[in-house]
Amino acid sequence: MALRDVLGLYSDIDSAVAGVDKLAEVGIHREDFEVLSNAPYPEGAFGHDHTTSRLGLWPVVGACCGFAVGLLITGGTQVVYPMVTDGKPLFSIPPMVVIMYEGTMLAAVIFTVLGAIFESRMPRFSREIYDTRITDGYIGVLVHSPEESVNSAAEAMRATGAEDVRMAEARATKASQPARANRKGASA
Amino acid sequence: MQERRNLPQMEVIQELLLPVTRTTMWMWIGFIVLGTILAAFAFAVAWMFYWGIGVTGLNRPGMWGFMIVDFVFWIGISHAGVMISAILRLTQAEWRRPVTRAAEVMTMFSLMTAMTLPFIHTGRPWRTAYWVFPYDFWRGIFPDVRSALVMDPSAVFTYLTGTILFIYITTVPDIATLRDRSTGWRKGLYRVLALGWQNDERQWMIQAATGFLLAALMLSIFVSVHSIVSWDFSFSLDPVWHTSVWAPYFVIGAVHSGVSAAVTLMVLMRWMFGFDKYIREEHFDAIGRLLVVVATAWVFFFMLDVFFALFNQDPRETAVMKMRFEQWPYTLMLVLIFVFGYFIPVPIWMFRKFRRNIKLMFWTSIMVNIGMWSERYWLVVPGLERKYEWTFDWNFYRPGIVEITIILGTFALVPFLFMCFSKIFPPVSIWEEKEGQNFLQEIKVGKASIPAIVREF
Repeated sequence: MALRDVLGLYSDIDSAVAGVDKLAEVGIHREDFEVLSNAPYPEGAFGHDHTTSRLGLWPVVGACCGFAVGLLITGGTQVVYPMVTDGKPLFSIPPMVVIMYEGTMLAAVIFTVLGAIFESRMPRFSREIYDTRITDGYIGVLVHSPEESVNSAAEAMRATGAEDVRMAEARATKASQPARANRKGASA
Repeated sequence: MQERRNLPQMEVIQELLLPVTRTTMWMWIGFIVLGTILAAFAFAVAWMFYWGIGVTGLNRPGMWGFMIVDFVFWIGISHAGVMISAILRLTQAEWRRPVTRAAEVMTMFSLMTAMTLPFIHTGRPWRTAYWVFPYDFWRGIFPDVRSALVMDPSAVFTYLTGTILFIYITTVPDIATLRDRSTGWRKGLYRVLALGWQNDERQWMIQAATGFLLAALMLSIFVSVHSIVSWDFSFSLDPVWHTSVWAPYFVIGAVHSGVSAAVTLMVLMRWMFGFDKYIREEHFDAIGRLLVVVATAWVFFFMLDVFFALFNQDPRETAVMKMRFEQWPYTLMLVLIFVFGYFIPVPIWMFRKFRRNIKLMFWTSIMVNIGMWSERYWLVVPGLERKYEWTFDWNFYRPGIVEITIILGTFALVPFLFMCFSKIFPPVSIWEEKEGQNFLQEIKVGKASIPAIVREF
């Protein structure tokens, strides 16, 4: 079964919300479309979205990696080049903790950013359908619809005041499945 | 508190993209003046590299002079950006929106400038780089992790990397806006940097969560960095440097100078880019109140540092303190520290009317940073100006023209880089401003109409 993307452009939030409601009426589920806007709206403004992510895990994994690397650098160099100073123990814990802390934080930050990019499904340079008017303030409703529902989705959007409705070429189901599965993933 | 006006989306976009799309006369003047100073800076650095460190005023025992003082100063300035951004983001303070991006960018360029100074200070930076990188696995010789001079670069590098990533990830939506309305080489650049951002709900959700996570992480790094910078001094056994109070004292001093620098930057952005609708009097009012608290805490730590030095009655500590309080030019520095850093600005900031006076806020913020630069000089330089056992060579530190030019150059470098940034990316976050507009509602309380904000979480 092939899927097609349909993008409806609304000039204001009220007609976009009406469009979202109409799509539900014609049998298109919430997880089958997404709302595009040039700034975030309060959660639930376009109905309950099931989007979840594992972003919270990324800094934790990064922190563990950074801590390990910090320990390796500080401990490892002292083992390889043992320099006993004034009869003090070889492993000087307080300064080790400082560098391990910085390593932990650095890796946590890097992993958070990588996680944000990954969880946002980026980089994605080849877009099926997009309209630059969205960054001007238009609200886009992007429906990932089976071929047979495309026309009813487009009609629903036109009926609720969409200024422009555009359709992408049909694409194989396999390509669209990961995006939908992602949105149904475990919570952060 | 909220004095925000409801503005049309296109107006917000066009006005905030103004520095990117149009070069105003003030920007041209800025580029020319700052560029000229930077040319002198480059010449001074090249001169010093060619003739050696002897062209500066550095000599035994005062081997840490203007460049190290300036390093500490710029690290301090860098602290405001992320502190303001992170705290306001975490507490969801609405007035943060026009301030955060500029403050973060100031952090980034202040840190970059600060990091160049110790390298220049060595006189032969390429040898320093060779000596530090890469680790010498072949001979098994490594930097000693017990040295504060190893901890310091690791902390500053972490802070700089974190800041760059923080700025980048929060700028991606604005880069996408630029991508959608640019042509030529700019379109290609923005297309790559935007990573295919398409403004969907999931991306906005991740963006908000990432902002919170990074703000929390950066806040912990921010506290550690200036503490570790203070340990460059206090890990030594030098009198007046060797004190445990320096870590919190440096942090609070950094916040004082950094927040004042943020005020300077906000005023300059109003004047240069005409952002009057976005950077409003309420912002200066709020930061002015914050500054009263920060400045008072800083004075407390200043007194504590002096008290700790005098309390133990160590003759070496007392001698250096005596020099700081009684000897030229430290007496002048002391006057600048107190008068410019506290006694003039703080009484002014106590009054709402004055906190909302943009010109007054600008000049008081400049004053604070003159005082804070003097404070760093007062703390760093006298610490080494004493006779050690076996001292055979003795000179007071007097900065030469080369160092003065280098220091002036750093003061030109940060605004120059900021202006270059503003020509490529918007210095005020467009998407955050629009988000604020989306959440803005008017509610009626009795006969009054009050702007209210719908929270995202």
